[in-house]
Amino acid sequence: MLCQRCGKREASVHFTKIINGEKDELYLCEKCAQELGHISLQGNDTFSLPNLLAGILNPGLESSIKQTDNYMECDTCGMTFSDFSERGLLGCSECYQNLSERLEPLVKRIHGSNNHIGKVPKRKGGNLRMKRKIDKLRQDMDTAVEKEDFEKAAEIRDRIHELEDKIGSE
Amino acid sequence: MSANFNLSTWISDGGPEQDVVLSSRIRLARNIEGIPFPNSAGREELQEVTDQICAAIKDNKEELHYINMSDLPEIERGLLVEKNMVSPEFSKKGSSNGILINDSERISVMINEEDHYRIQVLMPGLQLNKAFNMADELDDEFEKGIDYAFSKRWGYLTACPTNLGTGLRSSVMVHLPALNITDNISKMLEAVSKLGLVVRGIYGEGSKSIGNIYQISNQTTMGSIEQDIINNLKSVTQKIIEQEKNARNNLMKNDEIKLKDKIKRSFGILKFAHTISSKEAMKLLSDVKLGIDMGIISDVDTRLLSKLIIMIRPYHLQKSVGNELSTQERDVIRAELIQSKLNM
Repeated sequence: MLCQRCGKREASVHFTKIINGEKDELYLCEKCAQELGHISLQGNDTFSLPNLLAGILNPGLESSIKQTDNYMECDTCGMTFSDFSERGLLGCSECYQNLSERLEPLVKRIHGSNNHIGKVPKRKGGNLRMKRKIDKLRQDMDTAVEKEDFEKAAEIRDRIHELEDKIGSE
Repeated sequence: MSANFNLSTWISDGGPEQDVVLSSRIRLARNIEGIPFPNSAGREELQEVTDQICAAIKDNKEELHYINMSDLPEIERGLLVEKNMVSPEFSKKGSSNGILINDSERISVMINEEDHYRIQVLMPGLQLNKAFNMADELDDEFEKGIDYAFSKRWGYLTACPTNLGTGLRSSVMVHLPALNITDNISKMLEAVSKLGLVVRGIYGEGSKSIGNIYQISNQTTMGSIEQDIINNLKSVTQKIIEQEKNARNNLMKNDEIKLKDKIKRSFGILKFAHTISSKEAMKLLSDVKLGIDMGIISDVDTRLLSKLIIMIRPYHLQKSVGNELSTQERDVIRAELIQSKLNM
Protein backbone atom coordinates (compact mmCIF):
# COMPACT_ATOMS: atom_id res chain seq x y z
CA MET A 1 0.00 0.00 0.00
CA LEU A 2 1.26 3.47 -0.88
CA CYS A 3 1.57 6.33 1.57
CA GLN A 4 -1.71 8.23 1.77
CA ARG A 5 0.11 11.53 2.00
CA CYS A 6 2.73 11.48 -0.75
CA GLY A 7 1.28 8.58 -2.75
CA LYS A 8 4.80 7.63 -3.84
CA ARG A 9 6.56 5.65 -1.15
CA GLU A 10 5.35 2.42 0.41
CA ALA A 11 3.38 3.03 3.63
CA SER A 12 5.15 1.54 6.61
CA VAL A 13 3.54 3.39 9.50
CA HIS A 14 -0.10 2.97 10.42
CA PHE A 15 -1.84 5.48 12.65
CA THR A 16 -5.23 5.15 14.23
CA LYS A 17 -6.87 8.13 15.85
CA ILE A 18 -9.83 7.35 18.09
CA ILE A 19 -12.07 10.06 19.40
CA ASN A 20 -15.08 8.87 21.33
CA GLY A 21 -15.09 5.60 19.48
CA GLU A 22 -14.83 7.26 16.11
CA LYS A 23 -11.86 5.89 14.29
CA ASP A 24 -9.68 7.61 11.72
CA GLU A 25 -6.94 5.62 10.04
CA LEU A 26 -3.89 6.77 8.18
CA TYR A 27 -1.18 4.86 6.36
CA LEU A 28 2.03 6.83 5.88
CA CYS A 29 5.57 6.32 4.73
CA GLU A 30 8.21 6.96 7.33
CA LYS A 31 9.26 10.27 5.80
CA CYS A 32 5.77 11.74 5.79
CA ALA A 33 5.14 10.47 9.29
CA GLN A 34 8.20 12.33 10.51
CA GLU A 35 7.26 15.47 8.68
CA LEU A 36 3.71 15.40 10.01
CA GLY A 37 5.06 15.29 13.51
CA HIS A 38 6.33 18.81 13.00
CA ILE A 39 3.96 20.57 10.66
CA SER A 40 0.63 21.90 11.69
CA LEU A 41 -2.30 20.94 9.48
CA GLN A 42 -5.11 23.09 10.77
CA GLY A 43 -6.44 24.45 13.99
CA ASN A 44 -5.05 23.73 17.41
CA ASP A 45 -7.43 21.00 18.46
CA THR A 46 -5.74 18.71 21.00
CA PHE A 47 -6.92 15.78 18.92
CA SER A 48 -5.73 17.10 15.58
CA LEU A 49 -3.59 14.69 13.64
CA PRO A 50 -0.26 16.48 14.06
CA ASN A 51 -0.73 16.73 17.80
CA LEU A 52 -1.58 13.08 18.04
CA LEU A 53 1.31 12.04 15.88
CA ALA A 54 3.70 14.24 17.78
CA GLY A 55 2.44 12.75 20.99
CA ILE A 56 3.04 9.25 19.80
CA LEU A 57 6.27 9.86 17.95
CA ASN A 58 8.10 12.25 20.24
CA PRO A 59 10.40 12.03 22.02
CA GLY A 60 12.64 9.42 20.50
CA LEU A 61 11.14 9.53 17.04
CA GLU A 62 13.33 6.79 15.61
CA SER A 63 12.79 4.22 18.29
CA SER A 64 9.05 4.69 18.47
CA ILE A 65 8.37 3.73 14.90
CA LYS A 66 10.37 0.57 15.03
CA GLN A 67 8.05 -2.06 13.65
CA THR A 68 8.89 -4.52 16.41
CA ASP A 69 7.26 -2.29 19.00
CA ASN A 70 3.95 -2.79 17.32
CA TYR A 71 4.21 -6.51 17.99
CA MET A 72 4.42 -6.02 21.73
CA GLU A 73 1.84 -8.53 22.90
CA CYS A 74 -0.60 -8.92 25.80
CA ASP A 75 0.33 -12.16 27.60
CA THR A 76 -3.26 -12.78 28.60
CA CYS A 77 -5.24 -12.40 25.37
CA GLY A 78 -2.51 -12.19 22.74
CA MET A 79 -3.53 -8.79 21.42
CA THR A 80 -0.65 -6.85 19.88
CA PHE A 81 -0.35 -3.09 19.84
CA SER A 82 -0.74 -3.14 16.07
CA ASP A 83 -4.03 -5.13 16.40
CA PHE A 84 -5.16 -2.44 18.78
CA SER A 85 -4.21 0.35 16.36
CA GLU A 86 -6.29 -1.30 13.69
CA ARG A 87 -9.37 -2.03 15.77
CA GLY A 88 -9.26 0.80 18.27
CA LEU A 89 -10.28 -1.65 20.99
CA LEU A 90 -8.23 -3.62 23.49
CA GLY A 91 -8.73 -7.36 23.94
CA CYS A 92 -8.97 -7.67 27.72
CA SER A 93 -8.54 -5.66 30.89
CA GLU A 94 -5.02 -7.11 31.34
CA CYS A 95 -3.93 -5.34 28.14
CA TYR A 96 -3.67 -2.15 30.16
CA GLN A 97 -1.01 -3.77 32.30
CA ASN A 98 0.71 -5.74 29.57
CA LEU A 99 0.84 -2.98 26.95
CA SER A 100 1.15 -0.14 29.44
CA GLU A 101 4.37 1.18 27.93
CA ARG A 102 2.60 1.97 24.66
CA LEU A 103 -0.76 2.87 26.16
CA GLU A 104 0.53 5.31 28.73
CA PRO A 105 1.33 8.17 26.32
CA LEU A 106 -1.89 7.52 24.41
CA VAL A 107 -4.07 7.69 27.52
CA LYS A 108 -2.32 10.84 28.62
CA ARG A 109 -2.93 12.31 25.17
CA ILE A 110 -6.63 11.40 25.21
CA HIS A 111 -7.49 12.45 28.74
CA GLY A 112 -4.74 14.90 29.64
CA SER A 113 -4.29 12.75 32.73
CA ASN A 114 -2.94 9.37 33.67
CA ASN A 115 -4.63 9.00 37.01
CA HIS A 116 -8.10 7.94 38.00
CA ILE A 117 -9.39 9.97 40.92
CA GLY A 118 -13.08 9.14 40.61
CA LYS A 119 -15.28 6.39 41.99
CA VAL A 120 -13.70 3.29 43.50
CA PRO A 121 -15.73 0.07 43.66
CA LYS A 122 -16.39 -0.96 47.27
CA ARG A 123 -15.06 -4.50 47.14
CA LYS A 124 -12.51 -4.39 44.31
CA GLY A 125 -11.11 -1.07 45.39
CA GLY A 126 -9.79 -2.61 48.62
CA ASN A 127 -8.53 0.08 50.97
CA LEU A 128 -8.10 2.64 48.19
CA ARG A 129 -11.41 4.19 49.25
CA MET A 130 -10.17 4.44 52.81
CA LYS A 131 -6.83 5.95 51.73
CA ARG A 132 -8.64 8.60 49.69
CA LYS A 133 -10.75 9.41 52.72
CA ILE A 134 -7.67 9.76 54.91
CA ASP A 135 -6.06 12.09 52.36
CA LYS A 136 -9.16 14.24 52.44
CA LEU A 137 -9.19 14.29 56.26
CA ARG A 138 -5.52 15.31 56.32
CA GLN A 139 -6.37 18.29 54.13
CA ASP A 140 -9.24 19.19 56.46
CA MET A 141 -6.90 18.89 59.43
CA ASP A 142 -4.37 21.26 57.83
CA THR A 143 -7.13 23.75 57.15
CA ALA A 144 -8.30 23.52 60.75
CA VAL A 145 -4.74 24.10 62.01
CA GLU A 146 -4.35 27.10 59.73
CA LYS A 147 -7.50 28.54 61.21
CA GLU A 148 -6.15 27.72 64.66
CA ASP A 149 -9.16 25.55 65.36
CA PHE A 150 -7.09 23.03 67.30
CA GLU A 151 -10.04 21.32 68.88
CA LYS A 152 -11.40 20.38 65.47
CA ALA A 153 -7.94 19.41 64.23
CA ALA A 154 -7.54 17.01 67.15
CA GLU A 155 -10.93 15.50 66.39
CA ILE A 156 -9.93 14.92 62.77
CA ARG A 157 -6.58 13.50 63.86
CA ASP A 158 -8.34 10.89 66.01
CA ARG A 159 -10.58 10.00 63.09
CA ILE A 160 -7.51 9.54 60.86
CA HIS A 161 -5.91 7.24 63.43
CA GLU A 162 -9.09 5.20 63.60
CA LEU A 163 -9.14 4.73 59.82
CA GLU A 164 -5.43 3.92 59.69
CA ASP A 165 -5.94 1.23 62.34
CA LYS A 166 -8.74 -0.22 60.23
CA ILE A 167 -6.52 -0.44 57.14
CA GLY A 168 -3.70 -1.94 59.23
CA SER A 169 -5.87 -4.67 60.66
CA GLU A 170 -7.26 -5.73 57.26
CA MET B 1 -54.97 7.36 12.34
CA SER B 2 -53.14 7.42 15.61
CA ALA B 3 -50.05 5.86 17.02
CA ASN B 4 -51.28 3.83 19.94
CA PHE B 5 -48.08 2.44 21.30
CA ASN B 6 -46.31 3.90 24.32
CA LEU B 7 -43.26 6.09 24.09
CA SER B 8 -40.64 5.91 26.84
CA THR B 9 -41.45 8.28 29.69
CA TRP B 10 -38.11 10.08 29.29
CA ILE B 11 -39.40 11.18 25.91
CA SER B 12 -43.03 11.94 26.71
CA ASP B 13 -42.69 13.46 30.21
CA GLY B 14 -41.74 17.06 30.87
CA GLY B 15 -38.63 18.11 32.80
CA PRO B 16 -36.77 21.18 34.05
CA GLU B 17 -35.64 23.63 31.32
CA GLN B 18 -37.62 21.67 28.73
CA ASP B 19 -37.91 24.68 26.42
CA VAL B 20 -34.20 24.22 25.62
CA VAL B 21 -33.08 20.89 27.07
CA LEU B 22 -34.85 17.86 25.62
CA SER B 23 -33.18 15.16 27.67
CA SER B 24 -30.25 14.27 29.94
CA ARG B 25 -28.32 11.04 29.68
CA ILE B 26 -25.77 9.28 31.88
CA ARG B 27 -23.77 6.27 30.76
CA LEU B 28 -21.37 4.16 32.81
CA ALA B 29 -19.10 1.62 31.06
CA ARG B 30 -18.13 -1.42 33.11
CA ASN B 31 -16.29 -4.71 32.55
CA ILE B 32 -15.89 -7.93 34.46
CA GLU B 33 -12.50 -9.08 35.67
CA GLY B 34 -11.07 -12.20 34.05
CA ILE B 35 -13.28 -12.20 30.94
CA PRO B 36 -11.93 -10.76 27.65
CA PHE B 37 -13.74 -7.69 26.28
CA PRO B 38 -16.65 -8.58 23.94
CA ASN B 39 -14.58 -7.99 20.78
CA SER B 40 -12.21 -10.81 21.82
CA ALA B 41 -14.53 -13.06 23.82
CA GLY B 42 -15.95 -16.40 22.73
CA ARG B 43 -19.61 -17.36 22.79
CA GLU B 44 -19.37 -19.06 26.20
CA GLU B 45 -17.56 -16.12 27.73
CA LEU B 46 -20.21 -13.73 26.45
CA GLN B 47 -22.90 -15.95 27.93
CA GLU B 48 -21.00 -15.87 31.22
CA VAL B 49 -21.19 -12.06 31.14
CA THR B 50 -24.95 -12.14 30.63
CA ASP B 51 -25.40 -14.74 33.40
CA GLN B 52 -23.34 -12.76 35.91
CA ILE B 53 -25.14 -9.52 35.15
CA CYS B 54 -28.63 -11.03 35.32
CA ALA B 55 -27.76 -12.80 38.58
CA ALA B 56 -26.37 -9.61 40.11
CA ILE B 57 -29.62 -7.67 39.74
CA LYS B 58 -32.10 -10.49 40.32
CA ASP B 59 -33.86 -8.66 43.15
CA ASN B 60 -33.33 -5.08 42.03
CA LYS B 61 -35.99 -2.52 42.80
CA GLU B 62 -35.93 -0.98 39.34
CA GLU B 63 -37.59 -4.10 37.95
CA LEU B 64 -35.21 -4.50 35.08
CA HIS B 65 -35.94 -7.41 32.80
CA TYR B 66 -33.65 -9.05 30.27
CA ILE B 67 -34.30 -9.10 26.53
CA ASN B 68 -32.04 -11.02 24.19
CA MET B 69 -31.62 -8.94 21.03
CA SER B 70 -31.88 -11.95 18.73
CA ASP B 71 -35.31 -12.80 20.23
CA LEU B 72 -36.68 -9.44 19.14
CA PRO B 73 -38.27 -9.01 15.72
CA GLU B 74 -36.45 -6.58 13.44
CA ILE B 75 -39.01 -3.84 13.96
CA GLU B 76 -38.66 -3.91 17.78
CA ARG B 77 -34.88 -3.71 17.45
CA GLY B 78 -35.35 -0.79 15.07
CA LEU B 79 -37.51 1.01 17.65
CA LEU B 80 -34.74 0.72 20.26
CA VAL B 81 -32.21 2.15 17.79
CA GLU B 82 -34.50 5.04 16.88
CA LYS B 83 -34.94 5.90 20.54
CA ASN B 84 -31.13 6.02 20.76
CA MET B 85 -31.20 3.29 23.41
CA VAL B 86 -28.96 0.89 21.52
CA SER B 87 -26.54 1.44 18.65
CA PRO B 88 -27.39 0.13 15.15
CA GLU B 89 -24.41 -2.28 15.26
CA PHE B 90 -25.53 -3.60 18.62
CA SER B 91 -29.01 -4.38 17.33
CA LYS B 92 -27.57 -6.53 14.56
CA LYS B 93 -25.09 -8.57 16.58
CA GLY B 94 -25.67 -12.21 17.44
CA SER B 95 -27.47 -13.95 20.25
CA SER B 96 -24.91 -13.06 22.88
CA ASN B 97 -26.01 -9.51 23.36
CA GLY B 98 -29.04 -8.26 25.14
CA ILE B 99 -30.48 -5.41 27.06
CA LEU B 100 -31.86 -4.96 30.56
CA ILE B 101 -34.65 -2.48 30.62
CA ASN B 102 -37.42 -1.29 32.93
CA ASP B 103 -40.95 -0.34 31.95
CA SER B 104 -40.37 3.41 31.92
CA GLU B 105 -37.28 2.81 29.73
CA ARG B 106 -35.43 5.41 31.79
CA ILE B 107 -32.90 2.82 32.85
CA SER B 108 -31.34 0.38 30.44
CA VAL B 109 -28.23 -1.78 30.44
CA MET B 110 -26.62 -2.80 27.18
CA ILE B 111 -24.84 -6.13 27.56
CA ASN B 112 -21.87 -7.16 25.41
CA GLU B 113 -21.69 -4.11 23.22
CA GLU B 114 -18.19 -2.56 23.18
CA ASP B 115 -17.89 -3.19 26.93
CA HIS B 116 -19.37 -6.02 28.99
CA TYR B 117 -22.12 -3.71 30.01
CA ARG B 118 -23.13 -0.09 29.95
CA ILE B 119 -25.62 1.36 32.38
CA GLN B 120 -27.67 4.09 30.79
CA VAL B 121 -30.14 6.44 32.44
CA LEU B 122 -32.27 8.89 30.46
CA MET B 123 -34.32 11.70 31.96
CA PRO B 124 -36.47 14.40 30.38
CA GLY B 125 -35.15 17.97 30.61
CA LEU B 126 -32.02 18.96 32.54
CA GLN B 127 -31.70 16.36 35.31
CA LEU B 128 -28.09 15.20 35.19
CA ASN B 129 -27.64 14.74 38.93
CA LYS B 130 -30.78 12.69 39.32
CA ALA B 131 -29.83 10.54 36.33
CA PHE B 132 -26.32 10.07 37.70
CA ASN B 133 -27.57 9.06 41.14
CA MET B 134 -29.78 6.40 39.59
CA ALA B 135 -26.91 5.03 37.49
CA ASP B 136 -24.54 5.15 40.45
CA GLU B 137 -26.97 3.22 42.65
CA LEU B 138 -27.43 0.53 40.04
CA ASP B 139 -23.65 0.35 39.61
CA ASP B 140 -23.30 -0.32 43.37
CA GLU B 141 -25.96 -2.98 43.07
CA PHE B 142 -24.05 -4.73 40.25
CA GLU B 143 -20.79 -4.51 42.13
CA LYS B 144 -22.12 -6.58 45.02
CA GLY B 145 -22.21 -9.61 42.75
CA ILE B 146 -19.57 -8.85 40.11
CA ASP B 147 -15.79 -8.49 40.28
CA TYR B 148 -15.07 -5.38 38.27
CA ALA B 149 -12.10 -4.91 35.97
CA PHE B 150 -10.62 -2.02 37.94
CA SER B 151 -7.13 -0.68 38.44
CA LYS B 152 -6.19 1.71 41.21
CA ARG B 153 -4.29 3.82 38.78
CA TRP B 154 -6.39 3.68 35.59
CA GLY B 155 -9.81 3.30 37.19
CA TYR B 156 -12.55 1.28 35.47
CA LEU B 157 -10.92 -0.58 32.58
CA THR B 158 -12.76 -0.29 29.27
CA ALA B 159 -12.33 -1.81 25.81
CA CYS B 160 -11.57 1.61 24.31
CA PRO B 161 -9.10 3.85 26.16
CA THR B 162 -11.35 6.85 25.47
CA ASN B 163 -13.74 5.60 28.18
CA LEU B 164 -11.07 4.73 30.73
CA GLY B 165 -11.20 6.02 34.31
CA THR B 166 -14.73 6.82 35.39
CA GLY B 167 -16.32 5.20 32.32
CA LEU B 168 -18.78 8.10 32.61
CA ARG B 169 -20.29 9.83 29.64
CA SER B 170 -22.84 12.46 30.57
CA SER B 171 -24.76 14.30 27.92
CA VAL B 172 -27.63 16.65 27.25
CA MET B 173 -29.71 17.07 24.13
CA VAL B 174 -30.43 20.74 23.50
CA HIS B 175 -32.63 22.62 21.03
CA LEU B 176 -30.88 25.81 19.86
CA PRO B 177 -32.86 27.40 17.02
CA ALA B 178 -32.34 31.05 17.96
CA LEU B 179 -28.56 30.69 18.26
CA ASN B 180 -28.67 29.20 14.77
CA ILE B 181 -30.89 31.90 13.25
CA THR B 182 -28.72 34.65 14.73
CA ASP B 183 -25.55 32.93 13.44
CA ASN B 184 -24.10 32.52 16.89
CA ILE B 185 -24.07 28.76 16.95
CA SER B 186 -20.54 28.18 15.69
CA LYS B 187 -19.12 30.68 18.19
CA MET B 188 -20.98 28.93 20.98
CA LEU B 189 -19.90 25.47 19.84
CA GLU B 190 -16.29 26.59 19.62
CA ALA B 191 -16.42 27.93 23.16
CA VAL B 192 -18.00 24.73 24.41
CA SER B 193 -15.30 22.57 22.86
CA LYS B 194 -12.67 24.55 24.76
CA LEU B 195 -14.34 23.60 28.02
CA GLY B 196 -13.68 19.89 27.65
CA LEU B 197 -17.02 19.12 26.04
CA VAL B 198 -17.94 17.62 22.66
CA VAL B 199 -20.88 18.67 20.52
CA ARG B 200 -22.56 16.38 18.01
CA GLY B 201 -25.64 16.36 15.84
CA ILE B 202 -28.58 14.54 17.32
CA TYR B 203 -28.17 11.15 15.82
CA GLY B 204 -24.86 10.54 17.50
CA GLU B 205 -21.30 10.60 16.35
CA GLY B 206 -20.21 12.28 13.18
CA SER B 207 -23.70 13.30 12.15
CA LYS B 208 -24.71 16.85 11.45
CA SER B 209 -27.37 18.51 13.50
CA ILE B 210 -30.92 17.97 12.33
CA GLY B 211 -33.63 20.34 13.50
CA ASN B 212 -31.24 22.52 15.54
CA ILE B 213 -30.75 19.73 18.05
CA TYR B 214 -27.30 19.14 19.50
CA GLN B 215 -25.90 16.63 21.90
CA ILE B 216 -23.26 17.93 24.28
CA SER B 217 -21.15 15.56 26.34
CA ASN B 218 -17.91 15.36 28.32
CA GLN B 219 -14.84 14.61 26.21
CA THR B 220 -12.61 12.95 28.77
CA THR B 221 -13.42 10.35 31.37
CA MET B 222 -10.23 10.30 33.43
CA GLY B 223 -8.58 12.76 35.79
CA SER B 224 -11.75 14.25 37.27
CA ILE B 225 -14.23 12.95 39.80
CA GLU B 226 -17.69 12.08 38.51
CA GLN B 227 -19.41 14.98 40.24
CA ASP B 228 -17.02 17.49 38.62
CA ILE B 229 -17.62 16.00 35.16
CA ILE B 230 -21.35 16.40 35.67
CA ASN B 231 -21.12 19.85 37.24
CA ASN B 232 -19.02 21.08 34.33
CA LEU B 233 -21.58 19.88 31.80
CA LYS B 234 -24.42 21.24 33.90
CA SER B 235 -22.97 24.71 34.31
CA VAL B 236 -22.03 24.97 30.63
CA THR B 237 -25.55 23.82 29.71
CA GLN B 238 -27.02 26.51 31.94
CA LYS B 239 -24.89 29.11 30.15
CA ILE B 240 -26.07 27.79 26.80
CA ILE B 241 -29.70 28.00 27.93
CA GLU B 242 -29.07 31.62 28.93
CA GLN B 243 -27.47 32.40 25.55
CA GLU B 244 -30.28 30.72 23.63
CA LYS B 245 -32.89 32.64 25.60
CA ASN B 246 -31.05 35.91 25.00
CA ALA B 247 -30.98 35.16 21.30
CA ARG B 248 -34.72 34.45 21.38
CA ASN B 249 -35.41 37.77 23.09
CA ASN B 250 -33.24 39.61 20.60
CA LEU B 251 -35.04 38.00 17.69
CA MET B 252 -38.36 39.07 19.14
CA LYS B 253 -37.09 42.61 19.66
CA ASN B 254 -35.34 43.11 16.33
CA ASP B 255 -37.04 40.80 13.89
CA GLU B 256 -40.47 40.05 15.26
CA ILE B 257 -42.36 40.07 11.97
CA LYS B 258 -39.84 37.92 10.13
CA LEU B 259 -39.64 35.49 13.02
CA LYS B 260 -43.40 35.10 13.37
CA ASP B 261 -43.76 34.67 9.63
CA LYS B 262 -41.13 31.92 9.52
CA ILE B 263 -42.69 30.04 12.41
CA LYS B 264 -46.26 30.30 11.16
CA ARG B 265 -45.30 29.23 7.63
CA SER B 266 -43.58 26.16 9.03
CA PHE B 267 -46.65 25.44 11.16
CA GLY B 268 -48.81 25.78 8.05
CA ILE B 269 -46.78 23.33 6.00
CA LEU B 270 -46.82 20.76 8.79
CA LYS B 271 -50.57 21.15 9.13
CA PHE B 272 -51.40 20.76 5.45
CA ALA B 273 -48.63 18.89 3.61
CA HIS B 274 -49.71 15.61 2.04
CA THR B 275 -46.21 14.08 2.16
CA ILE B 276 -43.18 15.05 4.19
CA SER B 277 -39.63 13.66 4.50
CA SER B 278 -38.18 13.21 7.98
CA LYS B 279 -35.52 15.83 7.29
CA GLU B 280 -38.05 18.48 6.29
CA ALA B 281 -40.30 17.49 9.18
CA MET B 282 -37.45 17.93 11.66
CA LYS B 283 -36.64 21.36 10.34
CA LEU B 284 -40.24 22.55 10.50
CA LEU B 285 -40.91 20.95 13.88
CA SER B 286 -37.93 22.84 15.23
CA ASP B 287 -39.54 26.12 14.10
CA VAL B 288 -42.85 25.12 15.66
CA LYS B 289 -41.23 24.23 18.98
CA LEU B 290 -39.52 27.62 18.98
CA GLY B 291 -42.92 29.17 18.30
CA ILE B 292 -44.50 27.27 21.20
CA ASP B 293 -41.68 28.10 23.62
CA MET B 294 -41.86 31.80 22.69
CA GLY B 295 -45.64 31.97 22.98
CA ILE B 296 -46.13 32.61 19.24
CA ILE B 297 -48.05 29.36 18.85
CA SER B 298 -50.45 28.40 21.60
CA ASP B 299 -52.47 25.26 22.30
CA VAL B 300 -49.65 22.94 21.28
CA ASP B 301 -47.53 21.07 23.83
CA THR B 302 -43.82 21.89 23.87
CA ARG B 303 -42.98 18.21 24.39
CA LEU B 304 -44.28 17.62 20.88
CA LEU B 305 -40.83 17.95 19.29
CA SER B 306 -39.26 15.39 21.64
CA LYS B 307 -42.05 12.97 20.88
CA LEU B 308 -42.27 13.55 17.17
CA ILE B 309 -38.56 13.37 16.38
CA ILE B 310 -38.80 9.77 17.54
CA MET B 311 -42.26 8.94 16.21
CA ILE B 312 -41.59 10.09 12.64
CA ARG B 313 -38.63 7.74 12.20
CA PRO B 314 -39.14 4.75 9.86
CA TYR B 315 -39.56 1.87 12.35
CA HIS B 316 -41.85 3.90 14.57
CA LEU B 317 -44.02 4.78 11.58
CA GLN B 318 -44.14 1.14 10.55
CA LYS B 319 -45.04 0.12 14.08
CA SER B 320 -47.85 2.67 14.16
CA VAL B 321 -49.53 1.27 11.03
CA GLY B 322 -48.55 -2.34 11.61
CA ASN B 323 -47.03 -3.14 8.24
CA GLU B 324 -44.01 -2.38 6.09
CA LEU B 325 -44.02 0.88 4.14
CA SER B 326 -42.31 2.17 1.02
CA THR B 327 -40.49 5.49 1.28
CA GLN B 328 -43.34 7.30 -0.41
CA GLU B 329 -45.95 5.68 1.80
CA ARG B 330 -43.86 6.61 4.80
CA ASP B 331 -43.85 10.26 3.79
CA VAL B 332 -47.65 10.24 3.58
CA ILE B 333 -48.08 8.47 6.93
CA ARG B 334 -45.55 10.83 8.50
CA ALA B 335 -47.52 13.87 7.36
CA GLU B 336 -50.75 12.33 8.71
CA LEU B 337 -49.16 11.44 12.03
CA ILE B 338 -47.81 14.97 12.54
CA GLN B 339 -51.22 16.44 11.69
CA SER B 340 -53.00 14.16 14.14
CA LYS B 341 -50.61 15.30 16.89
CA LEU B 342 -50.83 19.01 16.00
CA ASN B 343 -54.60 18.96 16.13
CA MET B 344 -54.81 17.15 19.43
